[in-house]
Amino acid sequence: MTAVVNVFLKEGVLDPQGKAAHHALDSLGFEGVKEVRIGKQIIVTLETEDRAKAEAEVKEMCETLLANTVIEEYTIEIA
Amino acid sequence: MKVAVLRFPGTNCEFDTQYAFEKLGHSTQLIWHEEQTLPSDIDLVVVPGGFSYGDYLRSGSIARFSPVMKAVTVYANNGGKVLGICNGFQILTEAGLLPGALKRNNNLHFISKHQTLCVVNTDNAFLNQCTQGELLNIPIAHADGNYYIDEAGLERLEANNQILLRYADTAGKPSSINGSISAIAGVCNENKNVFGLMPHPERALEAILGSEDGVRMLKGFEA
Repeated sequence: MTAVVNVFLKEGVLDPQGKAAHHALDSLGFEGVKEVRIGKQIIVTLETEDRAKAEAEVKEMCETLLANTVIEEYTIEIA
Repeated sequence: MKVAVLRFPGTNCEFDTQYAFEKLGHSTQLIWHEEQTLPSDIDLVVVPGGFSYGDYLRSGSIARFSPVMKAVTVYANNGGKVLGICNGFQILTEAGLLPGALKRNNNLHFISKHQTLCVVNTDNAFLNQCTQGELLNIPIAHADGNYYIDEAGLERLEANNQILLRYADTAGKPSSINGSISAIAGVCNENKNVFGLMPHPERALEAILGSEDGVRMLKGFEA
């Protein structure tokens, strides 16, 4: 199975890269941009075909390594 | 004093750190990241600056899982003194040995310059040779030095005198040059045996190189 993990800075933690990209979009004349957030996507391919097991494993991977939960939040999609 | 200086793939301040402590009359030993144990007779572990594991994923996030960091965690939990400088600070926060986290500087720049720091607390094993409110001139060189901690965490740091240093302007007013909460440049843990800072005291030992204020900082560990 494949797990797609998206990691973003938590709401309320200033995202300097998102802010810079937002500013650049404004400068380029793109109107109406309310917010830009930049995160990272991590694709983990697993041997297991057991969805629940995959979800539990990837959640542990996120908590241990893939995200720093002091500043980041994450979502997991299993496909 | 016997100082263990850790070395990971990508560390680049290990020799400066050895030079600094040896100049102050101490013996040093480099410890490769694959070591499972620390020498039994050491007085201080230094996690030096650099770009361990290329800063992949997040600065310090991979290094914290190296075998030597397990030994450092045991050493710290038994009251051993640990100092993390720059990437070492990032590694210690990732390892959970220090509170908070370091994220990308607000202006997205790698900031490399001499910086005024204000000494905040001196009732610890590190800054005891400095005085509260004293201004120090110490080089900084980092892209991910933007210290973050939530409000409750910040209150705990303040209440327990865990804030070591703040970035300041030359008049001594706190100035968050990289976006750090409360202009924090360095903190210690609750037990005050683990210390982390983004500035490089090991690069400030000779007036001819711009500042010797780092001597006072590093000498604190001798007490």
